[in-house]
Amino acid sequence: MKLCHFKHWFPLALTAIVCCSSLSTQSVAAESNESVESLRGPTAISEEAKAPALKKFPKERELLDLNYVGQPPLIPHSIRGYKITNNDNRCLHCHSWDNAVSAGATRIGISHFRDRNGQVLADVSPSRYFCTQCHVPQVNAKALVPNIFEPVESLKTP
Amino acid sequence: MKLPLPDFIKRYWQLLSRPVALALWLILSFGFIAGIVFWGGFNTLMEASNTEAFCTGCHEMEDNPFEEMKTTIHYSNRSGVRASCPDCHVPHEWTHKIVRKVQASKEVWGKITGVIDTRDKFLDHRKFMAEREWARMKANDSRECRNCHNFEYMDFSVQSSRAAHKHRTALASGEMTCIDCHKGIAHHLPDMSGVPNW
Repeated sequence: MKLCHFKHWFPLALTAIVCCSSLSTQSVAAESNESVESLRGPTAISEEAKAPALKKFPKERELLDLNYVGQPPLIPHSIRGYKITNNDNRCLHCHSWDNAVSAGATRIGISHFRDRNGQVLADVSPSRYFCTQCHVPQVNAKALVPNIFEPVESLKTP
Repeated sequence: MKLPLPDFIKRYWQLLSRPVALALWLILSFGFIAGIVFWGGFNTLMEASNTEAFCTGCHEMEDNPFEEMKTTIHYSNRSGVRASCPDCHVPHEWTHKIVRKVQASKEVWGKITGVIDTRDKFLDHRKFMAEREWARMKANDSRECRNCHNFEYMDFSVQSSRAAHKHRTALASGEMTCIDCHKGIAHHLPDMSGVPNW
């Protein structure tokens, strides 16, 4: 049988081409549907997404364990209304070395007195001034994704 | 029975009980009515100048301190109880209020001469104004705070441990007053370098 004859392979090829093209369009469409989902979720562009409920930060809580060496310690209290501005840093009212003892607060790390070149300064380095860039309070929220991370033994409080 | 009235009252009554004393009565009643009008008008004006609408009538106050206050707990909070400008900045008792109102005439002069009529001028002047207000609060033991916040009824158990400790010790003993710690609670702070206890 001569398969290479035009009248044999032409309908086959045509079917193949049509099938492939329709498949690829479908897959592209499916892909684009999935990839369009952004932070705003599956809400249509013409609709307004429902805002997630605000989280409530506990006013005060036990110190939170570190998960890894070098982790910026978490803030174990609410920081509502605390401002960090050019004029004033609310965190340093209690956590600066001057005030920490009388306030019964944790002193800021000694590393915060070094600038980015390792030069030791007399006061908090400007690069460390914005506390909440690294230190954040925590809400009792469910983890967004499952996580089985375990801190090393030495960082666990019994 | 005759009441033992002092002599001067009898004299005045004799003076006023003559038929020709009508003019005197007229003068007295004019004085009485004028007194009511003046006193009522004075108090009305004073109350009118003691409202938030009056304070924020100038752009200086509306655009700067009032706008800053809107995000603070003294403006918006869960229970809807709020403080307006005069609640903190004008004493509530009559005598102190009048004293403050007379002092405020200087602020009228400031308004006329435009001491803080731009944002930059306001920022330059902020520390001066803040220090004046802190000094006033310190001198009167934070009287205006205490119009609402009564130490006697504070429940330390619902305060944070740090706040409770400070209130139980420094505030209770009178060693410190509200404003010593609670600066910038309703407005932004100026440059705080050199401010004691800060």
